[in-house]
Amino acid sequence: MGSKDKARPDGRLADNIVYFARALRRAGIRVGPAAVTEAIEAVKLSGVGSREDFYWTLHAVFINRHEDHAVFDEAFRLFWRSRQLIEKMIAMFSPIAAARARDEEKRAAETRAQQAMQREEERRLADDKEEIEFDARFTSSGNEVFRSMDFAQMSAEEISQAKQALSRLILPHDRVRTRRFKPSHRNRIVDPRATMRTSLKSGGELILPRFREAKAVHPPLVVLADISGSMSQYTRIFLHFMHVLTEKRRRVHTFLFGTRLTNVTRQMRYRDPDEALAECSAAVDDWSGGTRICETLRTFNRLWSRRVLSQGAVVLLITDGLEREGVDDLSYQMERLQKSSRRLIWLNPLLRFEGFEAKAMGVRAMLPFVDEFRAVHNLDALYDLTAALEDDGRGKVDPRRFLAMTA
Amino acid sequence: MTEKPKPSPESIDDTLALLDGEDYVASRSLATVLFLSLKMHRPLLLEGEAGVGKTEIAKVVSKGLNRPLIRLQCYEGLDISTAVYEWNYPAQMLEIRMSEATGETNRSAIERNIFSEQYLIRRPVLQALSSEGGAPVFLIDELDRTDEAFEAYLLELLSEYQVTIPEIGVVKADEPPIVIITTNRTREIHDALKRRCLYHWVDYPSAVAELEIVGRKVPGCNPDLSRQLVAYVQKLRTLDLFKNPGVAETIDWATALTELNSVALDPEVVSDTIGTLLKYQDDIARIEQGEGWKLLEEIKSELETA
Repeated sequence: MGSKDKARPDGRLADNIVYFARALRRAGIRVGPAAVTEAIEAVKLSGVGSREDFYWTLHAVFINRHEDHAVFDEAFRLFWRSRQLIEKMIAMFSPIAAARARDEEKRAAETRAQQAMQREEERRLADDKEEIEFDARFTSSGNEVFRSMDFAQMSAEEISQAKQALSRLILPHDRVRTRRFKPSHRNRIVDPRATMRTSLKSGGELILPRFREAKAVHPPLVVLADISGSMSQYTRIFLHFMHVLTEKRRRVHTFLFGTRLTNVTRQMRYRDPDEALAECSAAVDDWSGGTRICETLRTFNRLWSRRVLSQGAVVLLITDGLEREGVDDLSYQMERLQKSSRRLIWLNPLLRFEGFEAKAMGVRAMLPFVDEFRAVHNLDALYDLTAALEDDGRGKVDPRRFLAMTA
Repeated sequence: MTEKPKPSPESIDDTLALLDGEDYVASRSLATVLFLSLKMHRPLLLEGEAGVGKTEIAKVVSKGLNRPLIRLQCYEGLDISTAVYEWNYPAQMLEIRMSEATGETNRSAIERNIFSEQYLIRRPVLQALSSEGGAPVFLIDELDRTDEAFEAYLLELLSEYQVTIPEIGVVKADEPPIVIITTNRTREIHDALKRRCLYHWVDYPSAVAELEIVGRKVPGCNPDLSRQLVAYVQKLRTLDLFKNPGVAETIDWATALTELNSVALDPEVVSDTIGTLLKYQDDIARIEQGEGWKLLEEIKSELETA
């Protein structure tokens, strides 16, 4: 033990682990300060044997999300490179060298890890100063266009208004009984523990029953919002809506989709709305592009539904339903989504409430599989959105009403 | 237990040997993280798809180290009275009547009697903390099934290895239990809890490892058949199915095929037994509509050239 504990004064391993942790942090992995000392401890325990052991030792301490694995892998490869340099030189003299080099050309997450390594290197955003504004309502395309988005900032007044509107918001079917209990005055279920405790106040002479009842909570909420070109006018409004929602309620998951699906739940958790939106716009790369509703729903069903819909979630789908690609599979995916959620609410901000007819193919394919269909006239403020979501009795929101009109 | 609990392994190689000795085919990465968790006395959080052998790890560790396994199955509504402790109310009431009969009037004496260890019903968490003879393996299974409130409760347990019972005080473990937590990712586990654990994502095994697993778990399965079925399952996992078959399913399938005395995969046998492998109707329909046939052709030609 003695020889192990005595560190060589010129040893750099601990320093390097500190630098490595810093690099990981810059690459977007959340590494706490305690993790660094733990990593050094862990390396001491496992002993620096092979590269693989060292890799998994650091992995065990630094990574606690499966999604971060790719970034770690790349960062590890780039950071602890000097060793590999020797391996590479050996490889140079062996005949398989060429094949190896090709193998290493492009890897997932390489750019992200690399950017983190190049310290303070200015990342140049595409300086497209030219702004082309066009109204893309009622149009949709299947093309994938990558764009970044710049939202106007929300004023303090707007924020307070939004919060007020949301505090009044009562979503339909918004209370779920849980199997947990709270104290109650009503004569429901006897709470033996409370009964026993209170009886001791009188020295056990009087045992009066205490009661409890089931607690009700909000079910988890999953928001799937369309950010394609045809919806671009409303994007800002519902992003703010989702931000206030995330702040006010627990268990809110947010997904944005255009041509691909992005989970922005974590980005939405930033306290400041502008910061949250900036993070969102950095995370999503298909702003105002085409729509592939079917494809994204399929992705959601396959990869996310079991992760976020498991505890009886209410799904809020915000889209205009204008699907460019084939709609054969769309009904099927919608059906699956409906069946795995407590309630599927479709909020259509585009089509007029009274004059609307379910003519578009996509809309016709999706309508039979929603529990509620809610439309909004003009979505200029958050207030309109919450007003549309208010629980105003049944009938008005029944999706079959819209199907019957065109039939 | 007559035999003494074994100490935790001294190196990664020892850990690998320990798992291997109990017929658990583990990757080196899993052995590393398990070794660290045993050495650093930190809970091990295992995440992965259903049926990749997460729960099995706890069982194997308990067997290999010769320690009792205490299991807490999580479910919605799991609360302190079912997970940690509960008072024996009928006995407490009786105690009150008894003290009345003996004329005991000192209130604090009565309270001490009523809330004493003899009326305490120990649930898994408390059992894990006050187990006699060596730290037990404490398995918290499918943590994602319970709610955040219980997860928050676990924080004290996992960092200090103690729980607080208001009527008695703090119960602290003499030797921290070996805590293994599993989750299927039906809900995100909070960062605060993850931070206290060592995390490992348990992935599907490689073809070589899976072949080894089938060889050990289904000894009667003939080698040609095992090679074919493992190749088939590995191919299935690349198809973007709604639910990929796990290792447990592979073992079930191998057992089923062995019981049916098959010597090689053919379309008929596959379609008869596909229910052991795939559990969603859409996936089954997809495989039966030709894709399964193509897959079978592919693996046959691949195995021939290999």
